[in-house]
Amino acid sequence: MFKKLMLLATAGMLTVGPVAAAEKVKIGFVTTITTPAGVIGRDMVDAVNLAVEDIGGKMGGLKVDLIIEDDGFKPAIGKQKTDKLVKQNDVDFVAGFIWSHVLLASQKSALDAGKFLISSNAGPSQIAGKLCHKNFFSTSWQNDQTPMAMGQLLNQKGVKSLYIMAPNYAAGKDMSAGVERVFKGKIVGKDLTKWGKGAQLDFSAELAKAKASKAEGIFVFYPGKAGGAFIKQYAQAGLQGKIPLYSVFTVDSIALPKLQKAKMNGVMGSMMTQFWAPDLDNAQNKKFVSGFKKKYGRYPSFYAAQSYDTIFLIKSAVESVKGDLSNIDGMRSAMEKANFPSVRGEFSYGNNHFPIQNFYSREVVSDADGVWTTAIRKVVLKNHQDTYATQCKM
Amino acid sequence: MDWVLFVTQILNGLQLGVLLFLLASGLTLIFGIMDFVNLAHGSLYMIGAYFCATLTEITGSFLFGILLAIPATMLVGIIIEIIIVRRLYVQNHLDHVLATFGLILCCDALVHFTWGPEGMAIPLPVILDGQIEISPDITFPTFRLLIIITGLIIAGTLYLVITRTKAGMLIRAGASNRTMIGALGVDIKTLFTLVFGAGAAMAGFAGMMITPITEASIGMGNDIIIVTFVVIIIGGIGSVKGAFLAAILVGFIDTMGRSFLDTFLKLIFTAESAETAAPALSAMLIYILMATVLTFRPQGLFPPKGR
Repeated sequence: MFKKLMLLATAGMLTVGPVAAAEKVKIGFVTTITTPAGVIGRDMVDAVNLAVEDIGGKMGGLKVDLIIEDDGFKPAIGKQKTDKLVKQNDVDFVAGFIWSHVLLASQKSALDAGKFLISSNAGPSQIAGKLCHKNFFSTSWQNDQTPMAMGQLLNQKGVKSLYIMAPNYAAGKDMSAGVERVFKGKIVGKDLTKWGKGAQLDFSAELAKAKASKAEGIFVFYPGKAGGAFIKQYAQAGLQGKIPLYSVFTVDSIALPKLQKAKMNGVMGSMMTQFWAPDLDNAQNKKFVSGFKKKYGRYPSFYAAQSYDTIFLIKSAVESVKGDLSNIDGMRSAMEKANFPSVRGEFSYGNNHFPIQNFYSREVVSDADGVWTTAIRKVVLKNHQDTYATQCKM
Repeated sequence: MDWVLFVTQILNGLQLGVLLFLLASGLTLIFGIMDFVNLAHGSLYMIGAYFCATLTEITGSFLFGILLAIPATMLVGIIIEIIIVRRLYVQNHLDHVLATFGLILCCDALVHFTWGPEGMAIPLPVILDGQIEISPDITFPTFRLLIIITGLIIAGTLYLVITRTKAGMLIRAGASNRTMIGALGVDIKTLFTLVFGAGAAMAGFAGMMITPITEASIGMGNDIIIVTFVVIIIGGIGSVKGAFLAAILVGFIDTMGRSFLDTFLKLIFTAESAETAAPALSAMLIYILMATVLTFRPQGLFPPKGR
């Protein structure tokens, strides 16, 4: 009797097993949850959860199974977690990735296993160029693009000399290269500061140098908590009003609430460039921003916007093949069309699967409720494609 | 060389130096007197910062925030000493490292749980938020100058306490010969608790002074504790004088490296390789100094007498 039951049970498992596997679309999401950079990861995870909720937890009839992993801000752990997602969880999509060095370390694990890899933030030059891959997609930008837009903005404003500060890692170098490529004036000084574990947060020496350089503008890239720290010290060092601040990925919805709390009025009116802002006028963005504010009680950051788009990009792929996840080619060609409602409005994908999109100038303003946020000013680069696309043989 | 920049960088170096001293003095005494390796000293720095940020928010005054947060941090230090650390004195160094590393993880998790991952800022009162004119050419952030002044006052007070009071005498005696002072019938248990609490208060105070500049964040102490260990090793373990001089030295070297190393490297290398190498090399300078000191004077530059 017992044997019979066992047989029945095994038979049952055999028939149920494969069907159950196909009833789900598994998405692995690698981001930073611990370390102070975890505040970025929280914004991304919140956005992904909101997106999954907004689509009713289903894509093309399949249930969405989201697996979040923490990279601990370290390339080695990011790779380990990607390996785990690919081998142990057998996910269909690996997404996320805040940091360029983490993505560079992890990309091979996902792509060699034949999985789709979607970067929800990092856009290192290598992956846009020589390392480009048919199964890689970005819902953000290539690192150089935003600072290139900044270079353009500085030219338009007639800034003649610039002091550059950025962290010493892959993206920091890309950002400074981007602005240097387009900016026509003189670079009077440049500091690359320690990053990663034990990142430098006290910029006294660098700010003193910037002040002594008498530059007409200071360009910075300090994502996450370093941004807030930098802006405070910029004001405390008395640079405000003397050397205007131009930034990328520094003054965002993560830094602004804290700056407002600390009454750092100096940040008001400071300029930055970006592909998106909370007030960008399109239906999907309105739905996203109001939904996010309602659910979490704060403005979403661009990290959140890109993560929200990630889920909709995956949804467009899964729906195009009617839930047949074995049809990799079908899903790829669907994603190449960028045929999904994006919070940035309409855009297209380049040959390297990085978006060809607009970049805007944004300014820090106070909204109707007195909350500090950023507002779009004008288009700086229209339908811009990154410069590394030509190096990609695809 | 631009002398205005040079003077500013000297002040910046001094500011970093006194901040390191506030941490190092406690650490060196705990290490020197109790022979206890306290990796979690940085956690007290973090706790001080979070206490001060919260209390400043509640009272609406940075001054009250600090005045309330110092005894609060000291109390946490004393509680940690009584509940956990006291049991570890008899164990060996490896057990100290293991236990206090565990303590770091617990503190980080507790802070994450209580205050969330986003960190906290402390708004400065208007008079401290600006710059002060030292000479017509040199302006310096007022708050950083305040850090230098209070740091030096604390260093002076500590010097007087250690050289002129009975408690200071016992501390010096403990640093020189722990067993002997116990044999002489001194209540070493209370002395240990007191030193640990004072160390915690000073570490916490350092955290309070840095928070208006860099914000309080989880793990902020873990980054600075390594440098603090470098300071006490260079200065000589157990010596407050050594800790002071080494802290100022390390502060100067770090700041000067960050300010002028790339200019020097550009004379030798191409601009691009100098830009990349300079931050890496300037981060290494203090470790090179430590290695040199360890080679030629393994006991440190100013070890306590009688060792």
